[in-house]
Amino acid sequence: MNESFQDNQRQRPGEARRDARRPQPPVDMDMNPMVDMAFLLLTFFMLATTFSMPQTMELLMPPKPNPEEEAAEQPIRESKALTLILGQDDQVWWYRGLSEPELRHVGYGPQGLRKMLVDLNNEVPELVVLLKPLDQSRYENLVDALDDLSLAEVERYALVRPGPQDFELLEGTSALTGLYQSETP
Amino acid sequence: MNRVAQFKSPRLDMNPMVDMSFLLVTFFMLTTTFKLPQPLLVDTPLSSATVKLPERDVLILSVGDDGRVFMDLDGKFTRQRLLDRMGERYGVHFSREEREAFGIMTGYGVPIEQLSTLIAMSQEERQLLHQPGIPMDSAQNQVAEWLTQARLVNPGLRIAIRADRDVPYSRISGLINTLLDQNITRFNLITEQRIEEISAAP
Repeated sequence: MNESFQDNQRQRPGEARRDARRPQPPVDMDMNPMVDMAFLLLTFFMLATTFSMPQTMELLMPPKPNPEEEAAEQPIRESKALTLILGQDDQVWWYRGLSEPELRHVGYGPQGLRKMLVDLNNEVPELVVLLKPLDQSRYENLVDALDDLSLAEVERYALVRPGPQDFELLEGTSALTGLYQSETP
Repeated sequence: MNRVAQFKSPRLDMNPMVDMSFLLVTFFMLTTTFKLPQPLLVDTPLSSATVKLPERDVLILSVGDDGRVFMDLDGKFTRQRLLDRMGERYGVHFSREEREAFGIMTGYGVPIEQLSTLIAMSQEERQLLHQPGIPMDSAQNQVAEWLTQARLVNPGLRIAIRADRDVPYSRISGLINTLLDQNITRFNLITEQRIEEISAAP
């Protein structure tokens, strides 16, 4: 293909033909390779443009409450509350209700946390999930939990700091190991 | 050779097609914004979120696995005005050349006092430098100040967090608290598309 292109170049209309075996009409460029290349570039840029933006999940936090407002805050109905505590080593501890919690344990993934959330969400209408990541959990744990919440179509959830009650509950479990060493890196 | 000459193939005029395709190539080439190499390597967690990050007016806070915080935002003029404000706030003077260079720079992760040094470097030198991260502790929270000033310059700015999957949550909660202190209650977490078992989900 390259060769024929050069041949074409040599045989300008005014020039004497060196190669008499091939009588050719004057300028007749084969445009196909050019079109090929142009479309290749076109495809590349088209794909590069649309796929370059990263995915995001939006997180809406309640604003920091004033002390007066905090008292007036509406309490969550106990039967609808579910607390997830994200602990160390990719473990989730959870309990239902608020006053008489019974701590249970689950792992991440479609068969663990997500299945549990889907089941509970079907069972309890208007489920409210309180998400409490401990300081020794990883950022990935938070994203996994948020992702499972959205996949299970749980509409109401909030990111909350674990309270003293949670620490009491977790006493003796593996979730609390190494709590006070990992304040800030 | 002879057979080729004898065969009468229909001739298509390819020129309009070439014109059009090159026009499109040019268009896409000009509209594509190429990613500059990031000074901080971040391995973002996976999620099944499908929302795309908006292209403009985004401020990205990156958190590396060692907890260092880097900042990046788009818009040359936004950046230059932001630099002016930050310079005023911290009493650091930035020259015209420094403003120009800052306008087209990649993300940065140095305290404001060292910013001039970073700006003076070439792209390659910046890439090799180990930047200490923008300070974000209770003694001196420069991240908060950057956020305040950036939102004054561009009120429509969206905040996105691009954190490494192995960052301890304590660091993230510090960052989220900083955001909440600025009354930023809506922000984005940048994740990577999880390509997996949709069918396996219950």
